[in-house]
Amino acid sequence: MNIPEIFKNLEYGPAPEGDEQAVAWLDSHARKFGSFIDGDFTKPGKTFATNNPANGKELAQITQSTKADLDRAVKAARKATGPWQALSGFERAKFLYAIARQVQKHARLFAVLETMDNGKPIRESRDVDVPLVARHFYHHAGWAQHIEREFPDHQPYGVCGQVIPWNFPLLMMAWKIAPALAAGNTVVLKPAELTSLTALLFAEICREIGLPAGVVNIVTGNGEVGAAIMEHEGIDKVAFTGSTGVGKAIRKATAGSGKGISLELGGKSPFIVFEDADIDSAVEGLVDAIWFNQGQVCCAGSRLLVQESIEKRFIKKLKARMAKLRVGDPLDKAIDIGAMIAPIQIERVTELMKKGEAEGAIKYQPDGELPADGCYMKPTLFTNVSPANTIASEEVFGPVLVSMSFRTPDEAVALANNSRYGLAASIWSENINLALDIAPRIQSGIVWINSTNQFDAACGFGGYKESGFGREGGKEGMSAYLRPTWETKLKALPATPKPAAPKLFETDGIDRTAKLYIGGKQTRPDGGYARPITGPDGKLIAEVGEGNRKDIRNAVEAARGALGWGSKTAHLRSQILYYMGENLDYRKSEFADRIRAMTGVSAAAAKKEVDQSIERLFAFAGWADKYDGAVHNPPTRSMVVAMVEPIGVIGITAPDEAPLLGAISLLAPAIAMGNTTVLVPSEHAPLAMTDFYQVMDTSDLPGGVVNIVTGEKDSLTKTLVEHDGVDAHFYAGDAAGGKLVEQMSIHNLKQTWTNKGKAIDWTDKAICEGDYFLARTTQVKNVWVPYGA
Amino acid sequence: MTLKAISIDAHNHNHQRNPGFDLDLGWLRQVRMNRSALERRASTIGTRRSVKKQWQVAWLLRAITVIDLTTLNGDDSAGRVERLCAKARQPVRPEILAALGAGGLKINPGAVCVYHNFVETAVHALKGTGIPVAAVSTGFPAGLTPFETRVKEVEASVAAGAKEIDVVIERHHVLNGDWQALYDQMKAFREACGEAHLKTILGTGELATQTNVAKASLVCMLAGADFIKTSTGKEKVNADLQTSLSMIRMIRWFHEETGVEIGYKPAGGISKAKDAITFMALMKEELGNNWLQPHLFRFGASSLLTDIERQLEHNATGRYSADYRQPMV
Repeated sequence: MNIPEIFKNLEYGPAPEGDEQAVAWLDSHARKFGSFIDGDFTKPGKTFATNNPANGKELAQITQSTKADLDRAVKAARKATGPWQALSGFERAKFLYAIARQVQKHARLFAVLETMDNGKPIRESRDVDVPLVARHFYHHAGWAQHIEREFPDHQPYGVCGQVIPWNFPLLMMAWKIAPALAAGNTVVLKPAELTSLTALLFAEICREIGLPAGVVNIVTGNGEVGAAIMEHEGIDKVAFTGSTGVGKAIRKATAGSGKGISLELGGKSPFIVFEDADIDSAVEGLVDAIWFNQGQVCCAGSRLLVQESIEKRFIKKLKARMAKLRVGDPLDKAIDIGAMIAPIQIERVTELMKKGEAEGAIKYQPDGELPADGCYMKPTLFTNVSPANTIASEEVFGPVLVSMSFRTPDEAVALANNSRYGLAASIWSENINLALDIAPRIQSGIVWINSTNQFDAACGFGGYKESGFGREGGKEGMSAYLRPTWETKLKALPATPKPAAPKLFETDGIDRTAKLYIGGKQTRPDGGYARPITGPDGKLIAEVGEGNRKDIRNAVEAARGALGWGSKTAHLRSQILYYMGENLDYRKSEFADRIRAMTGVSAAAAKKEVDQSIERLFAFAGWADKYDGAVHNPPTRSMVVAMVEPIGVIGITAPDEAPLLGAISLLAPAIAMGNTTVLVPSEHAPLAMTDFYQVMDTSDLPGGVVNIVTGEKDSLTKTLVEHDGVDAHFYAGDAAGGKLVEQMSIHNLKQTWTNKGKAIDWTDKAICEGDYFLARTTQVKNVWVPYGA
Repeated sequence: MTLKAISIDAHNHNHQRNPGFDLDLGWLRQVRMNRSALERRASTIGTRRSVKKQWQVAWLLRAITVIDLTTLNGDDSAGRVERLCAKARQPVRPEILAALGAGGLKINPGAVCVYHNFVETAVHALKGTGIPVAAVSTGFPAGLTPFETRVKEVEASVAAGAKEIDVVIERHHVLNGDWQALYDQMKAFREACGEAHLKTILGTGELATQTNVAKASLVCMLAGADFIKTSTGKEKVNADLQTSLSMIRMIRWFHEETGVEIGYKPAGGISKAKDAITFMALMKEELGNNWLQPHLFRFGASSLLTDIERQLEHNATGRYSADYRQPMV
């Protein structure tokens, strides 16, 4: 095209970014790569091809690591832990700082290589991914130095096994490696099979800066290698970013292993536009929400919820905007949408789009041709969609947006939360009152007000519900790579002796049968059976209701109905907990007698347990309005408010030892932070907790906040853990029971805490009155609030 | 939204000139501008779009045709204005155009923009070129001289041969939300312009918020402005991309509602060829190619031309050029 022609039509023309340096780097490795283990590259073994999705051409051969390779990597990482942890924080900081500098120095090479391997536009790899990677290492260099101050009495896990996805190969690697190293861990990381190259370039940098051998190991290969990492006995902590399906498999496979675990999984994030939004900016926001990285983003704003009053105008503007998006060669600097990762992903997305159309959704794609070769897809909008449609609930992981409308803020919230996922949400309104009202009501780990897809090393990222648990970034993220030192020193829990079975119909005078406590009322068990409770001498003390599945169902129903407890003021929750302590204090001799009768401990010990239970209630009454969030400092003009929120309904299987104090120790933090609970008291010694009904009744605790179902520990626990309406479960008991809880938690990916078969000293205030349990009864939501008139 | 056009007058352009509309305060209340979001869009336009090689050349040549070649200084003189006009006659050395294969294109700036006192000088100097003369009238740059004087100034500039009148608004009307006063004044200026086109300078650097900029844009368009323009060049903050977004999105909205196309003129501080291309990409993306023609888009600039010439020479020769090689503006 000649100049006079272009002068008329003002087309853009090609603007290619050169790939010479990246090609030279690939050639310098003869386009064949081994893994990076113990500070050096292994000789390539059995290999597979990694292709450029923009043209389907092979870029290099990557090694499919063997079990022996992995063992060697884990061994090297283990060996490196001692010297690495022996370094001062400052020394570790210098290494992280050096990595950041190197990434910056080779920024363009990283960006070009990333685009060639992944297909994302060079603009994104150059302006988003790589700068965020450097920022992540700079930020965490700081953490390396401040750990002891900010996390006293904590220690690193040891060896971390990390598996990352193909959508942000380099960035996800940084999110995994930087905090792990800062905390003093060493890592074995597997990049995604489709995108290993930038991780291998990164390995070269680690070697160049003299990072001690074994601190970072990059093991390439397919999902089998990933699974082997997750299950490897030599690994202390696993971290995974990827699909919810694989995340669940990992949770199941690691159950009972005692490994730390963090999962960052899928999403179907709502993008909510109110009628008082800056509409043009919201349309532009959608471009960044769903057409960033071809929509292959876990937190993509893929569900547009637009207020009915502006829907027509909004959709018209959106379609006009879509027509301006340029799809094509990702190495072209003026491209908005690059190549999808692989043909198989296009097939998957196309399949879902077909389903969408078959279910009545109306598809819109702008005119224009796609490049003939390579993995390209057009930006796509589906209207005439409702929550019942497959494409409205399934994660598509492609450039596909679905649109629905709402009438009121409440309806917007209901639609937004009508999802198994809970990763991110975008809220658009110029009314600060409205926006800040909606943000806490959306069940997601990240909320962007008047913005979308904002990321920073200082701000936690991670999901609610089936989008996973654990955070990456900020202080929240650091805590995922550290554990309290006491946790590593616990002894095994001794087996609980089974009490002798008493005679049926035995009585010692006035018949006292404790009922269940559901929705603030004492309720007969559904099955109509009672369970005798005996003292250590085998004599009957009383009977309790024999709870069953339906009682658990009713209790969870009541707990869900009482979730408004979480939006009561912290001051009020605090007052009620104080009141519970006060009322327990009135009756302490009665409770002490009861403990004594059930367990046979000395009078002094029983009294001490009651006193400590009162103290514990007071402790968490005190915490209720103090365990709060933070305001993070990203390098943009925004406040990022890290809000501490309750998880929701927490199931609690209370310990057999310390039947009152143990139960209170798990219950008090949960309700202090605004959760509602279903508690299964000690199977053999439940009476202290059934007596506790009256304490709660007299303390103005709203019905449904605490529900208590007595009966057989294992079966009640199973029903609770498998219940999708329970958001988290705490289990104190033997190792086998704890393992089962972790295995069964996968259906809705509930968060779990177990004692891992260890003996917790429930009298230890350092463990039981600090933030350990508070952190486990809460989740952090990062709300981004950009500002400027 | 139903709007009543005040009058439809005949005009020479091939597009419908803004007839002016009633002041619609209800519309004004719907205006929302989110500064952070505007900034994000503005900051990525230059990284999302790029033109290279012959595309860059063609875009830069187009850029020249939308420059209001301007001199607005206290020491302006007839000689200075004549030199500017001579440059407007031949903005690029012919051998460069020939080397680029663009010799057949008619490349002249959109207008020459001067103070009222030099309108006649400029009209005379540009005779036969078809290049219009624009005058900054109405007590430029503060716009705070007596209103009657300003109306007379507009009339005098038109009488002297100016085809375009750049007027400044009284910023305090915006800061105080006195939209009626702003509207009335602009309407009076529009009447005083007659056939000449009215370009309203908002002085965006002194309007405090993006919402104010957007509302002021709307009021001026309703009052009959043919162009809305960012700055006098004398404010601390001149034309920038985020403010441009606020204004051109109001132009887009105005067009959606009325069908009338309003021109946009960023002015002040645009002195690099690369910046010009970014502004043009913004126009193309938000409003389309139509808005990259001289009757709908102008740069208020002078040194920009020299930088463009250097880039053109670089493209023609493959060697980087120096500014002293270009005939000075």
